[in-house]
Amino acid sequence: MRQEIISDAQLVSNYIKGEESALSTLIYRHKQKIYSFIYSKVFDRDLAEDIFQDTFIKVIKTLKRGAYNEEGKFLPWVMRISHNLVIDHFRKNNRMPKFDNSGEFSIFSVLGDSALNAEKQLIKDQVESDVRRLIEELPEDQKQVLVMRMYNDMSFKEISERTGVSINTALGRMRYALINLRKVVDKHNIVLTN
Amino acid sequence: MAKLYIKGSQEVDNQNPREETVKFLLDYSKALSVIDYKKMKFEALLN
Repeated sequence: MRQEIISDAQLVSNYIKGEESALSTLIYRHKQKIYSFIYSKVFDRDLAEDIFQDTFIKVIKTLKRGAYNEEGKFLPWVMRISHNLVIDHFRKNNRMPKFDNSGEFSIFSVLGDSALNAEKQLIKDQVESDVRRLIEELPEDQKQVLVMRMYNDMSFKEISERTGVSINTALGRMRYALINLRKVVDKHNIVLTN
Repeated sequence: MAKLYIKGSQEVDNQNPREETVKFLLDYSKALSVIDYKKMKFEALLN
């Protein structure tokens, strides 16, 4: 009975402090809204189940990392994550080659695809590690803002609170970080594409 | 009439995720711990 009274914001705060049962309450309170929203977009029960699961994995990770900015908007935030994951799913599906049912079966249409994916994955890993190395070369203040924004998914408001500078300064540092990264990339002719 | 009632009761629930999915998430949450080290955060699944 008492659980019904506790607000989402309070439950989130309790969960961040380590109270696991708060998450259970949050999931049971909102599961129907979130799941039926996903199902209304994908019309596939298993797929909706997967996206629902991925949504909450993201929620759990963000909350445990302390990267969540509580503004009393837990449900819209979770809905936004699930919405983005639904879009990701449709994008990924569009890129997948469709099986051509009219002609003869070609084994290479199946094999070729996975080989390409593995190669692309390697290139992606390489590019990401190159970018990481380049970031290490940035001045400390710019590096700090860029890492918080891009890798920790923090908003500029959070960054300004964490670093003790104004939002405009944080924005400026981000801008210079990107300009400097581009300069280094141009200067050394580094190719960062997949 | 009887048929209608039977059909209704056999409908699949498209409004809620399966109980196993919810349980998985709760177990995942219990197993996940984030370790702070300087400015970095590491995730560890203790399962």
